[in-house]
Amino acid sequence: MININEVIETNKMIEQENLDVRTITLGISLLDCAGPDISEVNKRIYDKITRVAKDLVSTGNKIQKEFGIPIVNKRISVTPISLVGASACKTIDDYVSIAKTLDEAAKEVGVNFIGGYSALVSKAMTESDELLIRSIPKAMESTERVCSSVNVGSTKTGIDMNAVKLMGQIILETAELTKEADSIGCAKLVVFCNAPDDNPFMAGAFHGITEGDAVINVGVSGPGVVKRALESVRGADFETLCETIKKTAFKITRVGQLVAREASKLLGIPFGIVDLSLAPTPAVGDSVAEILEEIGLEYAGAPGTTAALALLNDQVKKGGVMASSYVGGLSGAFIPVSEDQGMIRAVEVGALTLEKLEAMTCVCSVGLDMIAVPGDTKATTISGIIADEMAIGMINQKTTAVRIIPVKGKGLGDSVEFGGLLGYSPIMKVNNFSCDDFINRGGRIPAPIHSFKN
Amino acid sequence: MKKTVITVVGKDTVGIIAKICTYLAGNNINILDISQTIVQDFFNMMMIVDVSQSQKRFDEISAELEQVGSEIGVDIKAQHEDIFNMMHRI
Repeated sequence: MININEVIETNKMIEQENLDVRTITLGISLLDCAGPDISEVNKRIYDKITRVAKDLVSTGNKIQKEFGIPIVNKRISVTPISLVGASACKTIDDYVSIAKTLDEAAKEVGVNFIGGYSALVSKAMTESDELLIRSIPKAMESTERVCSSVNVGSTKTGIDMNAVKLMGQIILETAELTKEADSIGCAKLVVFCNAPDDNPFMAGAFHGITEGDAVINVGVSGPGVVKRALESVRGADFETLCETIKKTAFKITRVGQLVAREASKLLGIPFGIVDLSLAPTPAVGDSVAEILEEIGLEYAGAPGTTAALALLNDQVKKGGVMASSYVGGLSGAFIPVSEDQGMIRAVEVGALTLEKLEAMTCVCSVGLDMIAVPGDTKATTISGIIADEMAIGMINQKTTAVRIIPVKGKGLGDSVEFGGLLGYSPIMKVNNFSCDDFINRGGRIPAPIHSFKN
Repeated sequence: MKKTVITVVGKDTVGIIAKICTYLAGNNINILDISQTIVQDFFNMMMIVDVSQSQKRFDEISAELEQVGSEIGVDIKAQHEDIFNMMHRI
């Protein structure tokens, strides 16, 4: 039988170290909602989401109460809309009408985000894909809870540089249209390479076409728990350090597995995966950068940061894999800037630059995330940053992403407040030397060779 | 039988166990195990109970226990034991 010390340990993680289940994300296929008539498509989408997800929030709350573990977000991901709307959408406004439908459905069932306003264009764009991408700025302006993502490359296909070029312009347009709210539209827009089909985390979640009709995916969190565990092994060698991270990751993931199984049972929807991620929030003590500091760095960004992050990411996976029967999504340590107190501090003191972050993304689970840059950054420069990040993902066979916010009306020395889980951030310096001729070439970068790995 | 773990944390005072047990008995909740310890001057108690004979729903019991706790000045939490089993047992 369970003993009192184990009970105290678990409850301390929850009450003092911010252990929580970050999200239960219900993936819903909308492929059966496609059709030639836009108003009919909108009706089918609304009906299907509100039918399948009607008990999602109440079930999440029930599980939270029974196990005494906070479940911070309940969310929905849907089939990439460029597929669902391909037949019906002839104009940008047609696509925006679907975004509005998603927003209304999200409000009706009470979820805070719905992801999947997406296009998968890792080789090339169809007409429908391109139309959806061009509708993103307006969709982000006219909705509150819709999240958008575009997959522009993969290890198998290479990188669609036409889409990369277009995304630079789209991000700037989105920033312009949402400038009244510090360009927040860009915080809900992600560009991916090797996007997973079962990611439960926003803003990049969508319900991949390899998935079933509906699925429950769960994202766990708990950087604070890892940080606290590492405080007890200060000065110990790397073996001890890694063992401690693994054991902690195991315990955190077990909670995710429990919640996923329970949600699946109560909702009658199959369990998909647990995403073993360390996802920070702006709350004090819920920071991945603070783990890096605890490992032995003055600030995130100091020499040694990439190695520290690499071992952290790897140990989280090793500990988590045994704790869950199905692992998927992004699984690793997230390093968003504005959502992590320690990262924000590191940027403020000048320890962490965009270039160092790029190096860190080679070994973290995602990429350049929640980075605020000056509002006058050129579209080609943003495309160049995206291309670099996509290349890292393509060559290293990993998921990479860019979520960058050119904040209109703000420059170096300013900071920006997104609010809530999105946090705040100082504006980061961008290398403004031109890459215009590179981006303007057009076409695509071929898929990489899979031998001669050096 | 799904077991529930009740934890009580707070400043030690007279009658904590008595008040909680009175509530449990009144609601037909059987106590299977009790242990307690003092951590950094705080009273920590854990009870493993069986709520399956109670007429009340889990969320009602949980809310009422919280209420009992606030009357005595301690924090009372009720959780299904699965969360502890999952985390600490393979």
